[in-house]
Amino acid sequence: MRDVALRREPVPPDGTMGGPRAGGRFGEYGGRYAPESLVEACREVDEAFREAWADPGFRDALAGLLAAHAGRPTPLTPAERLSEALGVRLYLKREDLAHTGSHKINNVLGQALLATRMGRRRLIAETGAGQHGVATATAAALLGLEATVFMGERDIERQELNVFRMRMLGAEVIPVTAGSRTLKDATSEAMRHWVGATGDSHYCIGSVIGPDPYPWMVREFQRVIGDEARGQCAAELRTGVPDHVVACVGGGSNAAGTFAGFADTPARLVGVEAEGGAGAARGRLGVLHGCRSLFLQDGDGQITEAHSIAPGLDYPGVGPEHAHLRDLGRARYVTVTDDEAISAAVRLARTEGIVPALESAHALAWVIRAADEGDLPAGSAVLMTLSGRGDKDVSTLKELL
Amino acid sequence: MTNPTMTAGAVERHLRARRDAGRGLLMPYVTGGITPGWTDYLRAFADAGADAIEVGLPFSDPTLDGVTIQQAGQTALVRGASTRRILADLSGMADLGVPLVASTYYNLVQHDGPEAFCAALRRAGVGGLIVPDLPVHEADELTDVAAAAGIEPALLASPATPQPRLAEIVFRSRGFVYAVSLMGTTGERAALAVSAAQLTERIRRVTDRPVLLGFGISTPDQAREARRHADGVVVGAAVMRRVLDGAGPDDLRAFLATLRKALDQECDRPR
Repeated sequence: MRDVALRREPVPPDGTMGGPRAGGRFGEYGGRYAPESLVEACREVDEAFREAWADPGFRDALAGLLAAHAGRPTPLTPAERLSEALGVRLYLKREDLAHTGSHKINNVLGQALLATRMGRRRLIAETGAGQHGVATATAAALLGLEATVFMGERDIERQELNVFRMRMLGAEVIPVTAGSRTLKDATSEAMRHWVGATGDSHYCIGSVIGPDPYPWMVREFQRVIGDEARGQCAAELRTGVPDHVVACVGGGSNAAGTFAGFADTPARLVGVEAEGGAGAARGRLGVLHGCRSLFLQDGDGQITEAHSIAPGLDYPGVGPEHAHLRDLGRARYVTVTDDEAISAAVRLARTEGIVPALESAHALAWVIRAADEGDLPAGSAVLMTLSGRGDKDVSTLKELL
Repeated sequence: MTNPTMTAGAVERHLRARRDAGRGLLMPYVTGGITPGWTDYLRAFADAGADAIEVGLPFSDPTLDGVTIQQAGQTALVRGASTRRILADLSGMADLGVPLVASTYYNLVQHDGPEAFCAALRRAGVGGLIVPDLPVHEADELTDVAAAAGIEPALLASPATPQPRLAEIVFRSRGFVYAVSLMGTTGERAALAVSAAQLTERIRRVTDRPVLLGFGISTPDQAREARRHADGVVVGAAVMRRVLDGAGPDDLRAFLATLRKALDQECDRPR
């Protein structure tokens, strides 16, 4: 797969996206800041994951599910008309073509398979827009598990169709009425629920957040994006690796999976956050939902609400490994506005015939801006992960366009 | 075993003295800043015979709390409560004669830095600290600076805690050991969980440090039953539900007096 000789340059220590250090640390971030009642459950997930990940039988079973059920590998699409207009060579890693419409299925199939291996009979999940909830409901149905999905009341109103999809797939959707009634509150409620259900249930976290081992485990389940793209780029590009690797970042799972395939190459890694949810670009050191990372907070240390037109970026923090990559300078994190993302979505639709998720449109908006402003030199090879398809956002866009 | 009275801080010495005198310990909880005159609740608690008082510093995302404490925290935050203001209110109070124990989530400690946070607690007359999302394996960065500031961080033990880890929690806990009675969040329950007796029994085997049982203890009967296993009880949601329903300090004094009486009666029985 890696038949093209790579230009290898020294990368900062610890920034190569291998396993975390002892204690689930990525530099000073990460850890297992879980209530005592969940510590043993986290340890069990950690132990089970380490065993499973080292077991070729588990790897084969997962690869089989990803191929037969989720449509992997996903293609690498050269965005030809848009590339010509921008003066760069843009390649899209098409996670929008994965089953259920986004990269979320990669992680969920991995965790669902792990849950069955652990003898659990139910998955618990949080969801914002409903993408992770739909993916969880799908994996549960496929493997004969039950699924309980926590979703903020406000998101339930905004994402009626995904709620219906989850219920059709047999999942129980529980409205969360606490706090801002969005993703962060759904995550808190899922954790509370898990405390009382550790015996028979696995908490299937949807991003590279949460207590150790979740940030590491979810990145490993998502690294299939980066590994596939690395092989596809090797076949496509004379240099073997792209100059830039770009992905949107909410909690940061599609970016972590993408970056993992390129962390040991000279490619520049760029995470694109929503202006109103920029945990990596503007967050402060804090502890939430089980890990130490960067979170948006007010002057008193209260977590503030994120605001983005893309529900998947509506999280006030970022995964601990991203915080670490930022500190190392191995990845940089930039922000784009709602308006830039909307324009980018329309532009991709009209030049390439692809309606992207608004989350993914953020990554594209940065590529467009950077090409316009010369941040991306003419002729640069840019790999961008198109994390999901835009069907879920059509009603939002309809009101704005 | 080291002589506990040599290493014990003020909170632990106070609780040990009362426990050793045969008293069942009562630690009621109030969310700081819940009402304009919220410190009046503390006086009422002390009058009703509290042995320590837990003061919650509200956090936006209380992941281990049930609905009642969540609502109380939210109410206080909407009123403009903050760690700084709550501690300022406490600083203005006369000594109640019982130790104050702050409780909050680790983000608020991290926000100020453990050193500054503990120093601020100390200046406000707080002696103990409970941080439910700071388990023992992450507690190093807090415990050393807390000790230097004269703050006793009490660690939580859970029914899911395996034995070697339980011994470490008990050994490193200061003030008392907080035994979480059940696998769940804070909040009132119809009955004391079966896991409560088993956990306290396991803790007792490794320490004579005071053990307070919390989570779900809401009635005099439950307090009486808890007292058969532990040195005392923490009562939070049952207090805060009444506060949220509009109960004033006098109402809470009366409620806590029923718990006090139940604990005292249980002490009179041969154990």
